[in-house]
Amino acid sequence: MRQLGLSAAIREGIVQEMRADESVILLGEDVGKFGGAFHVTHDMLDEFGANRIWDTPISEAGFTGLGIGAALTGLRPIVEYQYLDFIFCAMDQVVNQAAKIRLMSGGRAKTPLVLRGPQGATGRGAQHSQSVEAYFMHTPGMKVVMPSTPFDAKGLIISAIRDDNPVLFVEHKLLYGAASPGGGKALSDSAIQAIGVDVPETPYAIPLGSADVKRQGSDVTIIATLLMLHRSLTVADQLAEQGISVEVIDPRSLVPLDVETIAASVAKTNHVVVVSEDTARAGVSAELVATINDHCFYDLEAPVQRVAAVDTPIPFGPAAERHVIPQVDDIRGAVLRALSD
Amino acid sequence: MTSTVEIRRDPVDCSGKDPAMLLRMFRKMLEAREFEEQLYYLFLTTAMPGTMHQAVGQEAVAVGVVSALNADDTITSTHRGHAHCVAKDVPLKEMMAEMFAKREGSCRGMGGSMHLTDFSKGMLGAFAIVGSGIPIATGAALSARVRGSGQVAVSFFGDGAVNEGVFHEALNMAALWKLPAIYIIENNQYALSMTVEESSAVPNLASRACAYGMPNRRVDGNDVVAVYDATREAVERARAGDGPTLIEALTYRIRGHARFEAAGYRPEKEVEAWKAADPIERLAAGMIAAGAATAVELNRVRAEAETVIEDAIEYAQSCSDVEAEDYLTYITAEN
Repeated sequence: MRQLGLSAAIREGIVQEMRADESVILLGEDVGKFGGAFHVTHDMLDEFGANRIWDTPISEAGFTGLGIGAALTGLRPIVEYQYLDFIFCAMDQVVNQAAKIRLMSGGRAKTPLVLRGPQGATGRGAQHSQSVEAYFMHTPGMKVVMPSTPFDAKGLIISAIRDDNPVLFVEHKLLYGAASPGGGKALSDSAIQAIGVDVPETPYAIPLGSADVKRQGSDVTIIATLLMLHRSLTVADQLAEQGISVEVIDPRSLVPLDVETIAASVAKTNHVVVVSEDTARAGVSAELVATINDHCFYDLEAPVQRVAAVDTPIPFGPAAERHVIPQVDDIRGAVLRALSD
Repeated sequence: MTSTVEIRRDPVDCSGKDPAMLLRMFRKMLEAREFEEQLYYLFLTTAMPGTMHQAVGQEAVAVGVVSALNADDTITSTHRGHAHCVAKDVPLKEMMAEMFAKREGSCRGMGGSMHLTDFSKGMLGAFAIVGSGIPIATGAALSARVRGSGQVAVSFFGDGAVNEGVFHEALNMAALWKLPAIYIIENNQYALSMTVEESSAVPNLASRACAYGMPNRRVDGNDVVAVYDATREAVERARAGDGPTLIEALTYRIRGHARFEAAGYRPEKEVEAWKAADPIERLAAGMIAAGAATAVELNRVRAEAETVIEDAIEYAQSCSDVEAEDYLTYITAEN
């Protein structure tokens, strides 16, 4: 098996779909000549040409709308945002248009559109660090996909491209990995090396709405995505040494959400910690707690613990950013609280 | 503040135009007019759900533009979109059923007046957030380029929309890439209560195209032949690969902004003057003057337009109501 970084895995999935289906096109800032700010799309312009790889002006609302119009007329566009913070420039196009067209047309329209880009706190200050998924999780008509490993990223981007709905595909800057040129620093957590780095070369699709149990355990369940998944796995390693058996579930997509896998785990462990890098208030963690309450209340032996970012714009200073974003110690503390009642 | 646009009442110059096309234009304008007049009456007298925005007086823009297109060319529309749909051959019965929130409606009763859609007719949707359809039509133009289909995409929008950011973003990209797009400003002179002069620093809206090096035209929007001619030129340019065009069609919204909005911000004299410049009657006069039709023939079309709308209403009333859980299958597509 091959070792691929996450950005290389996403790239391979996109390239294979573009080879297989000429209706797939790519739009975004610096995606062609420059190969993407995080090099996910490098060399694609050479292979597919300017008729399929569109280097756009800095017009997020405009090129999102172009993607929608192209999706409505037979193409499968992938729209890249240089940082996912910039998708807020296109909120009307995403929330009022892409997400609503299917219902407004009485099911006559389909909008096969992937909106993708990087997020995550990496020392870039408040406008290049935010986790955006909760806004779109709150938007009926959208799907929200969260790849945490290179294996998942390839299978999920292929499913996202093949899906007939608008899909937000969220990439974490710290997970891109050193295996890709310009991919930034590889995550040093040992856990990321341990799972899912083998990526088959042949195309494969991971269905949206299928969670993955990244680590089996019996005492407590952690539900986490993206970088927080890897920090949770680190916590699971640490606590194993103390004789605590932690199960770690990666939902892989927040919409649709695989409630069945989560509920089965909670029925086994009776203790839950939800972890998310987005802010706590009305965030992903809030929704997960409510979902567990709805489906698993009588399986719980203790209140669900929630670990999420502090409700603040993300500050620049490294110490402050660390304080805002959940760290390994925060997750470990929450697990111990969950088990202490 | 009152309108400063010149009001023309002269007959439309029909010389050299195919009588069959003129008659079709006349019919389509009448159908659009009758559709909305009956809708207004239905709102007054029956339990119609929701709201609606009439384009009474603006029909020459929709019909003139669409008459210059092929059936497989695409358009985007707005909250004031009935006439665009009529022009694009969306079935009147399905349109009317949609107004009544019936399952047989254009959008299965899920969209309503402001979201009429019919992909089988190249009607990509009515987008009721001002300006939002502009980049979407531009995407349809980009798609036509990618697929090599030879199609042209048209976006209709009002004078208010030119002050939305997406207008500029989309026009820039279309001009930059010479996309086969046509942008139609239906300048009815009022964005709800605000005149063009009160909301745009430069009231010549067509001139906005200059910043993008885009050909542009101002036309008499109550002259369906003038609109048609300008659009045909734009279509030829688009199909030849020479890029987009911005057309500003000067017209007037005879009714208020929405349903029962009384438009008290406009002088009565102004409204009356524009009523006397009715685009349908100007075409009728022009057709008779050019010998393209007789008054008797035109009267027959008037009667037929009334009948076809009566039939549409009767059909709509016989359709089945949307049930409470119909929407559940329309939220997301199943691959």
